[in-house]
Amino acid sequence: MKLLTHNMLTSHVKGVIKGYPLLIKATEVKVNEVEFKPEFVSRMIPKLEWKALVQAAEGLGQLNDLPNELVPDYEKNEEFLRKVHHVLMEVEVLEGCLQCPESGREFPISRGVPNMLLNEDES
Amino acid sequence: MSSGRRPEHMAPPEVFYNQDEARKYSQNSRMIEIQSQMSERAVELLSLPEDQPCFLLDVGCGSGLSGDYLTEEGHLWVGVDISTAMLDVALEREVEGDLIVGDMGQRLPFRPGTFDGCISISALQWLCNADKKSHSPPKRLYTFFSTLYSSLVRGARAVFQIYPENSEQLELITSQAMKAGFTGGMVVDYPNSTKAKKFFLCLFAGVSGVLPKGLGSETVDRGVANQVQFTGQR
Repeated sequence: MKLLTHNMLTSHVKGVIKGYPLLIKATEVKVNEVEFKPEFVSRMIPKLEWKALVQAAEGLGQLNDLPNELVPDYEKNEEFLRKVHHVLMEVEVLEGCLQCPESGREFPISRGVPNMLLNEDES
Repeated sequence: MSSGRRPEHMAPPEVFYNQDEARKYSQNSRMIEIQSQMSERAVELLSLPEDQPCFLLDVGCGSGLSGDYLTEEGHLWVGVDISTAMLDVALEREVEGDLIVGDMGQRLPFRPGTFDGCISISALQWLCNADKKSHSPPKRLYTFFSTLYSSLVRGARAVFQIYPENSEQLELITSQAMKAGFTGGMVVDYPNSTKAKKFFLCLFAGVSGVLPKGLGSETVDRGVANQVQFTGQR
């Protein structure tokens, strides 16, 4: 699971109002090289919950020097876009779980795939 | 699927798509070819902006054959499937997209406005069956469509290739999609051929509008100049 996907995932357990962001409890993290597409990164930035991204990266020890606040005019700032690209696309959580901040429900991650299946009483 | 029982009548998808069935999707070249062709057509029907990498959702992504096509086209994607055996094949094939185990009949776990589009190949008909006592197909379809609607950006499309069982099923699927706010309808390719006939449900999430230019910007100035010229001629 890339941090881009994590940034978009919310808990969908029945009755949960604030199911975001999911807490990452990682036991195995990998960094892969992924082709840099500056246009894609620029287009995704307005959709991101920046604070959740910084928190997630920090929790995995992968923050490098990603700023706490979004920089202005980022479209032209290749250095910044590369940093965002690294955190969004290259850091991958392989094993662990995602925890719903409200219900505490844990969604296991195995081989990089989160299992978001709900039980009957949760759906 | 022209004869015999429909797979969705035999077992729930997480059971039907076991290791043996999943292997076919990485080894059977005929199956792979059909899947790829349908993915290509589905992406065409999405009519995404040209030369722009998009963030897409693949519902019922299975072994990632449709995802491969999205990658080829330069897009990034997230795939959801209920069958872990199918997802295992996708992992073995080292697909580019992120994979999630999920049931499309439960709420989709994404923030509003996440995806630029959604494709789904031969998956939606599975939602029309009640595999458990508690399952109500109309309710599960509605839950799926309404959470899909919210997870798409406004103006995005969702294209589903489906094998409908009968006209009642088509009606049920379409009506639940409309209730959830989608517009659109069914596109039937090669309607007169029993073999080549394919159904694509094309749904639109809100209108896609181009932001008007502010007054005083270059393009608008030119527009005003034209108008003045026009009145001048009269």
